[in-house]
Amino acid sequence: MRLSRGAKAVLGAITALVLLFIYTPLLLVVVNSFNADRTFGWPPKGFTLEWWGKAFDSPGVREAVISSLWVAVVSTIISLLLGTLLALSLQRYAFFGRDVINLLVILPIALPGVVTGIALNNMFTTILGVPLSLWTVVIAHATFCMVTVFNNVIARLRRMSGGLEEASADLGAGVFTTFNLVTFPQLRSALLAGGLLAFALSFDEIIVTTFTIGAGETTLPIWILQNLFRPNQAPVVNVVAVVLIVVSIVPIWLAQRLSGDSVRVSQARVKAPVR
Amino acid sequence: MTAVPRAKANAFSALLHRSPRLRLAALLTAPAGWLVLVYIAALAALLVTAFWTVDTYTGQVSTVWTTENIVTVLTDPVYQRITLRTLWIAVAVTVIDMILALPIAFFIAKVASARWEKLLVVAVLMPLWASYLVKAYAWRNVLAEGGLLEWLGAPIGLSSPGYGETAVILTLSYIWLPYMILPIYAGFDRVPDSLLEASGDLGAKPLTTMRLVMLPLLVPSIIAGTIFTFSLSLGDYITAQIVGGTTQMLGTVVYANVGAANNLPFAAAVSLVPIAIIMFYLFIVRRTGALNNL
Amino acid sequence: MAPRTRAFRVAGVVAAAALALSGCGTSGGSGSSPSAQATKTEIGAGEGQLSILGWPGYVEDGSNDPAVDWVHPFEKETQCKVSFKPFGTSDEAVTLMRTGQYDVVSASGDASLRLVAGQDVQPVNMSLLKNYPDIYPFLKDKAWNTVNGVNYGMPHGWGANLLMYSTDKVTPAPTSWSAVFDDAAKHAGKVTAYDSPIYIADAAVYLMAHKPELNIKNPYALDKDQLAAAVDLLKQQRTHIGEYWSDVVKEVQAFTSGSTVVGTTWQVGANIAAADGAKVATLVPDEGATGWSDTWMIGSKTKNPNCAYKWLDYIASPKVNAQVAEYFGESPANAKSCELTKDPNHCQTYHSGDEAYAKKIWYWTTPVADCLDGRKDVKCTDYSEWTKSWTEIKG
Repeated sequence: MRLSRGAKAVLGAITALVLLFIYTPLLLVVVNSFNADRTFGWPPKGFTLEWWGKAFDSPGVREAVISSLWVAVVSTIISLLLGTLLALSLQRYAFFGRDVINLLVILPIALPGVVTGIALNNMFTTILGVPLSLWTVVIAHATFCMVTVFNNVIARLRRMSGGLEEASADLGAGVFTTFNLVTFPQLRSALLAGGLLAFALSFDEIIVTTFTIGAGETTLPIWILQNLFRPNQAPVVNVVAVVLIVVSIVPIWLAQRLSGDSVRVSQARVKAPVR
Repeated sequence: MTAVPRAKANAFSALLHRSPRLRLAALLTAPAGWLVLVYIAALAALLVTAFWTVDTYTGQVSTVWTTENIVTVLTDPVYQRITLRTLWIAVAVTVIDMILALPIAFFIAKVASARWEKLLVVAVLMPLWASYLVKAYAWRNVLAEGGLLEWLGAPIGLSSPGYGETAVILTLSYIWLPYMILPIYAGFDRVPDSLLEASGDLGAKPLTTMRLVMLPLLVPSIIAGTIFTFSLSLGDYITAQIVGGTTQMLGTVVYANVGAANNLPFAAAVSLVPIAIIMFYLFIVRRTGALNNL
Repeated sequence: MAPRTRAFRVAGVVAAAALALSGCGTSGGSGSSPSAQATKTEIGAGEGQLSILGWPGYVEDGSNDPAVDWVHPFEKETQCKVSFKPFGTSDEAVTLMRTGQYDVVSASGDASLRLVAGQDVQPVNMSLLKNYPDIYPFLKDKAWNTVNGVNYGMPHGWGANLLMYSTDKVTPAPTSWSAVFDDAAKHAGKVTAYDSPIYIADAAVYLMAHKPELNIKNPYALDKDQLAAAVDLLKQQRTHIGEYWSDVVKEVQAFTSGSTVVGTTWQVGANIAAADGAKVATLVPDEGATGWSDTWMIGSKTKNPNCAYKWLDYIASPKVNAQVAEYFGESPANAKSCELTKDPNHCQTYHSGDEAYAKKIWYWTTPVADCLDGRKDVKCTDYSEWTKSWTEIKG
């Protein structure tokens, strides 16, 4: 396929416009984090660093960030374990109910968050009678984060040949050794990509969290929701958002490098330039 | 040649190696058990609650089976209107995102050089980390009177649509756009360049190649993207609260009934509607293989 | 085994499991009725923590305005660490209190009786609270805080729902609720109203003055026809509404940014808006107004009863009650607070000791089928019907 220069220019322009569309509201957030006017009048009449100072001093923000990090890390670990087990079983074995389970793992993320939230809330509080806490949040998050790990790992497993594992068994390695020394290294980058996505999903989740969190606990999105309209805190929310975006560059870049490399390794594809 | 380490003899490992069923059971029990015991059980319990009623004065749940709630949701014109409105918003958001995502995904996957490709993917992914709430609130500011939209649009006489359905569609399209771009980009990426070259060599113009070669290969990825935008919009209530003005969506009704009205049975009955719609959609797209591309 | 038979087996197991689950899916038993007497005989040492469910503005710890803080002195005095959750409507208060996770709640009249009926709050031994004797007599032993002679909480301030408007956009200054009803078209798209079914009573108050032929005597006692008239009025209003509000701070933000110019509010909303530079004013219109008279109640499942009692006494003490009343913009419950307000005219502005004035406000009450105005020949609409109507009105 040969695209004319004009066509490429048009596509480039459209891409630039879409990226502009994506980033303008975020730039507004950045500007508002310096806006001297608490009510974010536009255009801003003055700038101040006051909100940045308040954000770093605020104990509420600190607690919320720590809780969010904890929940995200634990949910990611659980979903890494369960997602990998599930991907291995679904890709390698054919059994009755395989399609059903495939559908089941997608449901938590396909069904609306409010439905998942009230279902889990009802189960925890009414049926099981357990008090809500950060652990119930972790259970909820792990349930829908499983699918991101599952998708990444199963995609990788499909591209892996079974030959290496057979060879390993032929050489006398047991089941666990084969997994450790042969399968797992090939899966590593898929696990990392899936884990990062699961982490991001859990960190930013608000709807299901609202229904499964205990009364005294706060995660970052809950803190933001509580403070979104408060005149003294709304600017601090903007500061928090800016910090999140900036901090996120590192893991995203990392994930990109890893998934890019592994694609090259397993596909050995030569990229033919589209002239 | 160095000696290959000999694996230690392990009876359990040998047992597993001999019995595929045992291996499958060992792998499957934990995740499948979790899904069924945690999630499916919760959904089933919710479904059962839809057949009960609650005394709103005392809050006591009456477990007398009745289809009253479900009949109300299906026949009351208010809820029919809310369902149609929510569907309309979800479809509009999906279509807008598809139109925006296709050109940019194509550019990143096929036109941009390898270095630019990496940068652009990071550029598309970064906004995912900005909190959903902050993005919705930013749009509240953009659409406010005298806000950014009016400031930018003043020269061409553009005024803000204010807080309402249009605002909800705009904001949701904005927020879910990366979820549509990523699977479509991955889909474009998987189309071998050799295929496109061959098509060009056989004399097809670029548009024809796109229509007859790329698009059929892309259908699963596009549908995977639509599953996200559609289901995320169908259940949303927070954006409706922030920029929607008086707009009520299905999610709003569910939330209000669980939170304010303390009427879980009715909320469960209402939530059956989006569940049914999404299960139906998943069922008909199952064949296209989109579920593997999520 | 044939796949079909297997499938049926699986389905059967799932169905059985669902049915089994249904057996354990009820919330809170219809167990034995509570001892209708307060069982507490003395206030012991504080348990170290207290979780409060309250209206925004009632439990200030300096994070909204550094000069407004009565939580930290309480924590210092009693060693009870406070965690506070605000709510926007009485419905939310009732739902949250039912989870059993909160120790104390500030309940308006349309929440308090539901909480008592649902056994979510416990009787309070008023003799243990040393500030109770100083409370205005006309707030004590009222229908919304006392059931069968048993007191269920400490009265808190009271006030009216006011009409707020932007002084530079709404001229001439309104004097009647028609600004948001019959004349709402003047500011179409910029009118706001309270997002709760209880707002139907506000429409009823308007109809009491403007459509006397409907014979509404009590805005919470509406029979089917009266409710239908109120619903029609509200559906008309809906076409001019920009946003409904349940979070008072969100309402303030709308006024400050100019997307709302007129609507109901609490005085605290006007105070916050003015502090942000918005030009707003409030008034009680000619037709009268709905309002609230709140009670601090103690959860029946609380694990911190001593801290709870200490809070009830603290919030009703003269100095603190004065602080809350001034910040929120309401009349204090403690008669001694009037000497301690920063603004010497505060109590006069809010008609604090004026029992006759207090009687004119239609305090939030839960509508029930037995007409609250005493009519025996018709059935009045209850709150669940109001809730259904409210969803219909909002469309």
